[in-house]
Amino acid sequence: MSRIYVARNPKVAARSLDGEMMIMSGRDSTLFTLNQTATILWQEADGTRPLDEIVTRRICSEFDVDPATALRDAEDLARELEGHEIMQISEAPISPQRSAAGGSR
Amino acid sequence: MSGLMEEMTNKALARNIPMSVQVDLTYRCNERCVHCYLDHDDHGEMTTAEIKHLLDELAEAGVFILTFSGGEIFVRKDFFELLEYARRLTFCVKLKTNAVLIREHEAARIRDLGVESVQISIYSHRPEVHDAITLVPGSLKRSLEGIRFLKSQGMKVVIANVLMTGNMQDYPGVRALAAELGVGCTLDPTVTPMMDGNRSTLQLGADPATLRQVFRDSSLIGDVDEFCAIPAAPDEGTMESLPCSAGHTACYVSPYGEVFPCVQFPLPTGNVRRQRFIDIWRHSDRMNDVRSIRVKDLTTCPECTHVAHCTRCPGLAYMEGNMRGPSSQDCEKSFVRTGVPSANMLSKQRKAANLVQIQTMPALATA
Repeated sequence: MSRIYVARNPKVAARSLDGEMMIMSGRDSTLFTLNQTATILWQEADGTRPLDEIVTRRICSEFDVDPATALRDAEDLARELEGHEIMQISEAPISPQRSAAGGSR
Repeated sequence: MSGLMEEMTNKALARNIPMSVQVDLTYRCNERCVHCYLDHDDHGEMTTAEIKHLLDELAEAGVFILTFSGGEIFVRKDFFELLEYARRLTFCVKLKTNAVLIREHEAARIRDLGVESVQISIYSHRPEVHDAITLVPGSLKRSLEGIRFLKSQGMKVVIANVLMTGNMQDYPGVRALAAELGVGCTLDPTVTPMMDGNRSTLQLGADPATLRQVFRDSSLIGDVDEFCAIPAAPDEGTMESLPCSAGHTACYVSPYGEVFPCVQFPLPTGNVRRQRFIDIWRHSDRMNDVRSIRVKDLTTCPECTHVAHCTRCPGLAYMEGNMRGPSSQDCEKSFVRTGVPSANMLSKQRKAANLVQIQTMPALATA
């Protein structure tokens, strides 16, 4: 299976409210909220690290979860967020110009 | 407000987080609207660096929705630098402008920077009416061109139509124009006093007869009978409710760094040039005083028939002299809508009657 890279779409608006990430789609202003694990994925999605590395380092280390299941769930989530144009997915690292310039506080 | 946005706003309220802030970048303007409440001279606006620092503080405080307004935002030469900075901090940015300075290039940059929406003031579909309000010949043409440039970039645009005596009959034309342009349209019959307290602008506001016409236009308000019905009696929840979001999940920062509960509520609570924004938000005595007010704490209003459905603006009440008192403009709207005078109006009538009462002099009575 090829590795995938994920990056925040720079067109979205995002803010963490008490640990819960609010994201507004740049396409149609739809508001989304991410749960704790999805928020971690979002914050780590800078386009430079492959998804499996993010899952291993940040999700499996903090939650009692099977690594293969966690990666599958993370991929599903990333593709869903890509569908809403709030995340970018690529098989190669994504340059900072194409991803959000800063993480969301 | 969407269900999820309402849920997040309630969370922000519970955690004392300012969800939404309007920052006026300047009071300078390229129009001179007759009803405008601002002094357009520059008395020492925040510099680029000061505004960037403020934006850092707002992001740190948890602000999600950031509205840039003015004055006219595009008269600041650093406008796009500030906008780019704000978007890098991932705010949901909304703009309020007259669009006179928006051409193809500006519209494309606004789109590229991921602005959520642009609100543009249009007073009439007729140049002779719109331009007579802005006092700038050709301004309607320029504003409409700006809207078209934004639309061609796929931007979400909303026309804001302030209803006054001078343009009251034109709102159907403005709405038709908005539909033709494929943009939203909001109508607002509120004209505010100037920020220095001068109330001369209020005479431009819509008179009761024309307001009554608006409140009975089913294309605007839906079910007229329901909208104009005498309101139901308030319940306990009404008395414990908050008068509005000002100071609770929203506030306003002027071009000089002053923090107010709302753009329409000029109660000074601190200045970001001297204090951290979050310290003003959390610890200002005045902000906390605003925050402490519940409907039951208001003077006059708790006994009013309209209390559960009134659009009372605490800022307008403050400008009338008491932020816990009634807002006469909103009393007027409730009366025009339902035909039932507010408690405030009845109280004023009683006072006026006492002033003009003529008592028979005893000597005359016995003559």
